[in-house]
Amino acid sequence: MPEPQAGLPWLIATVIELRPETATAKTIAFDVPDWRGHLAGQHVDLRLTAEDGYVAQRSFSLASAAGNGTTIETTVQRVEEGEVSPFLVDELRIGDELELRGPIGGYFTWSPPGPRPLMLIAGGSGIVPLMSMLRTRRNARDAGTALLFYSSRSFDQILYRAELDQLAAAPGALTVIHTLTRGTPPGWAGEQGRIDRAMLARRGIAASEKPDIFVCGPTPFVESVADHLLSLGHAEASIRTERFGPTGETA
Amino acid sequence: MVVTRGFRGRPRQDQATRSRVPPGQYVTSDFPVLTAGPTQHTPLENWTLSMQFGGRMLATWSWREFEMLPQSEITTDIHCVTKWSKFDTRWRGVSFDDLLRAAGLDVAPAAFVMAHCDGGYTTNLPVADLIAGKAMVATHFDGLPLPASHGGPARLLVPHLYFWKSAKWIRRIAFHEQDRPGFWESLGYHIYGDPWREQRYGGDP
Repeated sequence: MPEPQAGLPWLIATVIELRPETATAKTIAFDVPDWRGHLAGQHVDLRLTAEDGYVAQRSFSLASAAGNGTTIETTVQRVEEGEVSPFLVDELRIGDELELRGPIGGYFTWSPPGPRPLMLIAGGSGIVPLMSMLRTRRNARDAGTALLFYSSRSFDQILYRAELDQLAAAPGALTVIHTLTRGTPPGWAGEQGRIDRAMLARRGIAASEKPDIFVCGPTPFVESVADHLLSLGHAEASIRTERFGPTGETA
Repeated sequence: MVVTRGFRGRPRQDQATRSRVPPGQYVTSDFPVLTAGPTQHTPLENWTLSMQFGGRMLATWSWREFEMLPQSEITTDIHCVTKWSKFDTRWRGVSFDDLLRAAGLDVAPAAFVMAHCDGGYTTNLPVADLIAGKAMVATHFDGLPLPASHGGPARLLVPHLYFWKSAKWIRRIAFHEQDRPGFWESLGYHIYGDPWREQRYGGDP
């Protein structure tokens, strides 16, 4: 156990598993013996140190379910021209060590059982902290109404597709709505195009149900979705957001 | 220190650049948007900015009145706790010193403020970090009216602290005798937030 101390100490994290999710995204599982647990939706700071002492820090959302286990996962989308994400996606190997600290962020979080319906809205790799919420919900066997809107550019860019299919098929009132914005494969049964006001009105949880809403994605996506939600009558305080971008150099 | 095998990072910056980047930060030319909820869109005709101490309203300005106050310009580097820093950002607005003066105050009535914003956001600051040209209520960025997504019509600008202290959509400045945590400060972030001392989270020295 870590010594009791205020704040968030840097902890040594060892890579124990690497799972490609798409051609440009990878899930990294870390063993962090001194990890003190986290809530769904929180993130960590990673610190990478080069041989000459140069360091780079970046934040990554946790994808693994809430809890006190010492294995935590994040999923990293490679940002072209990025300093850290190409290294993490392309060069990290099992057994490598880096430093991390967390959990960070006490607002964009969700814990079961949710007192209200849960509406999650993801754009691209904005699915990562929302996946933590869905995994946490599954582990807690929470059967409250839950709905995920997930916008991806194309079918092969969808993260966690098989697991989302399983979650939607399992008993427990989760609806998963995929939409693809840049073309659909033959036989596509999901939505097409951006998540707009009409799609939210047609398939979303109505404002009268007072859902708790989490929106995560690139800045223009979150701006647009949050404005549509307000115009559909959702209470401002029920909408929690996390943005990244605008042109991507977040990682 | 743990060296991560194979990590090289970007080509090293020259000393002049490095000396402008606080520890753990990287330089971006973007201007990312970070907000805990929806962007606020307050019509200017409904906008006011007020100063308050205890139950007493010290001053209130309509948008029209606020625009008439003395204008200051500042070009400065800014540092977000999410790790990006941006060099040479250009702002215009009303300095905190001029705001105090416009409210008829020679000195602030208490040592701390809580900034209150549309959407319910709050952040706390010592008055010492606002006066003597250190802070302004900014209405223009890069010569143009501040976009709503970046805090327009008016945001606090306190560039020497992490940027969450530069509260978007500011509407009320409340003075307090005691420092107390605002929104992020209550949710694990540092009470003061000096980027040069890397005071990101509660408990950071």
